[in-house]
Amino acid sequence: MSLRIRLPLAALAAMACTAPPRLAPAVTTATFTPAPVPIQDTTSRVPLGAGALSEPNANPFPSTYRAPATRPTLIRNATIMTAAGTTIRGGSLLLREGKVAAVGASIDAPSDAIVVDGTGKYVTPGIIDTHSHLGVYPAPGVEAVSDGNEMTNPSTPNVWAEHSVWPQDPQFPRALAAGVTTIQILPGSANLIGGRSVVLKVVPSTTVRGMKFPGARYGLKQACGENPKRVYAQRGPATRMGNVAGWRAQYILAEAYRRRWDKWLADRKGDPPARDLGLESLAEVLRGNIFVQWHCYAAHDMEGAMEVADEFGFQIRSFHHGVEAYKLADVLAQKNISASLWSDWGGFKMEAMDGVRGNLAMVHAAGGRAIVHSDDASGMQRLNQDAAKSVSEARTLGINVSDDEAIKWITLNAAWALGLDDKIGSLEVGKNADVVLWDKYPFSVYARAEKVWIDGAMQFDRLDASQRWRTDFELGFVPEPAGGRNR
Amino acid sequence: MKRLMAFAICLATPAMAHAQTIAITGGKVYPVSGAPIDNATVLIRNGRIVAVGATVTIPADAKRIDAAGKWVTPGIFNATTTLGVSEIGQLPGSYDASAQGNGDGVTPSFRPWEGFNPSSPLLQVTRNDGITTVGIVPRGQLLAGQAAVVSLGLGSLSDVLVKGPVAVFGDLNARGDRVGAARNEVFDRLRAVLDDARSWPGRRVAVERNASRALAARARDLDALQPVLGGTLPLVLEADRATDIEQALAFARDYRVRVAISGATEGWKVADQLGKAGAYVLVGALNNIPRDFSSLGARQDNAAVLHQAGAKVVISGGADAFNARNVRYEAGVAVAFGMPWDAALRAITLTPAEMYGVSTRVGSLDAGKDATLVIWSGDPFEPSTRAEHVMVNGTEVQGPSRQDELMRRYRSFPAAYKRP
Repeated sequence: MSLRIRLPLAALAAMACTAPPRLAPAVTTATFTPAPVPIQDTTSRVPLGAGALSEPNANPFPSTYRAPATRPTLIRNATIMTAAGTTIRGGSLLLREGKVAAVGASIDAPSDAIVVDGTGKYVTPGIIDTHSHLGVYPAPGVEAVSDGNEMTNPSTPNVWAEHSVWPQDPQFPRALAAGVTTIQILPGSANLIGGRSVVLKVVPSTTVRGMKFPGARYGLKQACGENPKRVYAQRGPATRMGNVAGWRAQYILAEAYRRRWDKWLADRKGDPPARDLGLESLAEVLRGNIFVQWHCYAAHDMEGAMEVADEFGFQIRSFHHGVEAYKLADVLAQKNISASLWSDWGGFKMEAMDGVRGNLAMVHAAGGRAIVHSDDASGMQRLNQDAAKSVSEARTLGINVSDDEAIKWITLNAAWALGLDDKIGSLEVGKNADVVLWDKYPFSVYARAEKVWIDGAMQFDRLDASQRWRTDFELGFVPEPAGGRNR
Repeated sequence: MKRLMAFAICLATPAMAHAQTIAITGGKVYPVSGAPIDNATVLIRNGRIVAVGATVTIPADAKRIDAAGKWVTPGIFNATTTLGVSEIGQLPGSYDASAQGNGDGVTPSFRPWEGFNPSSPLLQVTRNDGITTVGIVPRGQLLAGQAAVVSLGLGSLSDVLVKGPVAVFGDLNARGDRVGAARNEVFDRLRAVLDDARSWPGRRVAVERNASRALAARARDLDALQPVLGGTLPLVLEADRATDIEQALAFARDYRVRVAISGATEGWKVADQLGKAGAYVLVGALNNIPRDFSSLGARQDNAAVLHQAGAKVVISGGADAFNARNVRYEAGVAVAFGMPWDAALRAITLTPAEMYGVSTRVGSLDAGKDATLVIWSGDPFEPSTRAEHVMVNGTEVQGPSRQDELMRRYRSFPAAYKRP
C-alpha cells in the first residue's frame, strides 16, 4: 500500500525538477508525508495523498484561474439578447465583481464604472462551444503537438484531455476574438471511450490549470460508429456490434469497481481497494458526477448508445455531431439528451451522409435542447452564423425559432450540456459576467465581436490592437497585424 | 421556397422553359458588370437574357415573375468544387476527383469532369441555395489535372458542360516520395516537367522511336500542358507561403504562362506583386489560422487586401461538394473583414467566369448571356436570405433535394414513412 503511494510521489518530485509549472504539486513538498490509511479527515476535498484513493468527484488538478480585478462596467443603450427571456432594446448591463449585477432598461452607473456606449450594437452572453479540440489538436497541425487521440487502446477512460492541451495554441486568441468564452476540450473520437474532457476559459495562460473553469465537472468522451471500428479494425472492435460489446464490457467492470469503492468509502474498513484510473472515470459516470459526451452521427448508433446508458443506469448529457438527431428528436427530448450539432456540415463519410440543414430546427421543434457546436477551430469562430443558417432553414420548414431561442443554441443550451447553466450561458443577475458586445446584429454574416468580457474583465477589444493576445508561438512566426480595424 | 412545397410537382424539362419569354420585374438588379438598377426588369427569351434595365418593354406573352422587394443577381459561381465527382469524400467508390497516375503526382491529363454524375443528390442541394455554376477541379499533387466549368442545370454532362478544360491545376505545397521533400526540389520537378512539355512537340517522333532520353512525364501529360504553354489555359498553382507565391509568379515569367494562385494564405504579404501582375487569386475568406508552416501569416482580411492591391480575387473556400453552397456566406465574411460588397459579389460571379474564359456566357446579367440567375429574398450573403428562384438558362432548377426529402419524412413523429 505504502509503496503505491510513495512511487508516484517520488516520480512527481523527480519530474518537478525539469518541468515545474505543469507538474509541481499544489502543496509544498514539505507536506508530502504519506497519508495515514484509513484517512480520518474526510472533509477535505483534496486530502493529502489523495492519489491513493478513488474518491468520487475528486479534483486532483484544481484550476488556478483567477479573474483579473476590474472596475465595474456598464454597457449602455444596447440591444441585449439575454438568453433568458426577450431581447431588451436600448438596455443596459452592469458587470461588477465578475458577475452580472444588473440587466434592464435603465441602470445607473456606479461612480467608478467604466461606461461602454452600446448604441447600435448588440450584447449576448459569451459563446460556449461544447466540442473543441483546441490545444489538443493545435495549429500548426504538426505531429509533435497533436495529442488528441490516445490511439493505443479502444478504451482509454484513464486519459485526461487537460494533460494534452498546449496553451500556446494560436487558435485560442482567435476563438476569443470571435466571442467564444468557454469551451469544452474533448479527446478525439478514435476510441470507444476516449478520456476525460476539460472545460476551459478562453484566456491567456502559461499553464492549462490557469485556463480551467473553476469547479466545472469533467465530461467523458465516447465515440460511436465508424471511427473506432476503422481505427481498431485489426485488434477489434471491427464492427458496430463490437463497439457496443466494448462499452458494455467496460461498464460491467466499472460497476463492480464503483460498488467496491463506494462500500469502502462508506465504512473505511481495512485497506482501500486497488485504484484504477480508467474505471475511476467510468465509476464517476455511473455515480452521475461525470457527464457523458457521446460522439454519434447516425440514429442507429445513438440508439445503441442509449441502450448501453439505460442498461448501466447513466445519463448521456449530449450527443455530439448527431447528423441524424432529427430522426430521433422526439426520443432525445423525452430522455433529456441535448444535441451538439453542426448547422450543415456533413457528407464526408457514410455515417454523415444524411446530414440536413434543418437538424437543429427539428431537434428544437421536438422540444429538445439544440446546441451549435464546432469541432473545428474555424467553425468555432462563426457559431453565430451557423445558428443563423439553421434559423433560416427552420423558416423554410415552417418551424418558428425566435432570436431569443436561437441565441440559446450557442449559449445557455451549451452551458447546460457542460453542467454550468447555473454559472454561465445567460445574462442574469448573479451569473458570471461573460459578455460579448457585437458591432451588428449577431445573426448577420457581417457581425463581429467588438469587445469580450470574461468574469467581468475585458479580455478582447477589437479597437485596441495593443492589447491583442498573441500566443508565444505567434511571436516572430506570425506577423503582427499592423493595426487597423479590419484585422 | 420551391423546395418543400413542390414535392408533387415534377421538375420542368429544359425544353419547356427555353421556348418561353420570361420577365422578372420590379426587383433590384445587380448585373455585376455594371451598377445596380432599382425596379428593373430582366427579360429572358429562349434561355438567354435579352434585356436588363429600368425601361425594358415587356412583351404581352411574357411570363412575369414579380421580384418587387427582391434582389436579382447572376447565379453564384463556385470556382473550385468536386460536385458531381465526389459523393462521400471518404468512400473511394464515390470519389472521382483525384487521379492515381503512376504515383509521381504529375497527371495534368486527368479530366475529372468526364466522370461527372448528373444524378448526384448534392447537385440539387447546391442549386437550391443559388449556386448555378461551378468549377469542377482535380484534387491531387504537383500537377493534378484539368478543370471544367459546369452549370447546375438539369440534364446530362453534355447539357451542362459550359467549357472544359478551362485550366490546369497544380500544387506547390505538394510533397511526397516521388514529388520531392524540399521546396526547391518540388520547384525543380515542376521545371523539369514544363521544360519537357515545351520541347515535347519537336521531340515526339524521336521519343516514339525510342531515340530520346526518358521524359519527365507521360506523353499524354505533356500533351495536356501544351495549352498552358501556349497561353490558352491558365495554370492554377496552389501556394500559401509568400515566397511560394513569388515562385509561382516567377514560373509565370520564365515560362510565359498565365498563372493563377490558389489558396494564397500569405497573399497579403505580396499583394502588390499580385496586383501588378493582374493575377487571379483564389482565396477563402474564413482562414485566419496558421495551420502549417506554409501558412503562418494567415489573416482574415487577406481577400480585402488583395482586392485593394488590384489582384483579381475569386472567393472559393476549397474543393467541397457537400457544402459548395456555402460560398455565398464566405463572400459575406470577406465583406465583414473589409472587402467592398460589390467586389465580393464579383468574386463569386464574374471574376471566376473571366478567369475560366466563360464570361461570354455566365457571370453577369447582360443581354446575350445565359439566363442563369437568382432571385433572393434579400442580401445574398446573409444567412437569413433565401434563394426564391434559381434559374439556369431560363429554367427554374429549384426542387426538393435529398435533404429536403429526409426532412419531410421526419418533420413530425412518427416519421412520415411509418404513417398509414
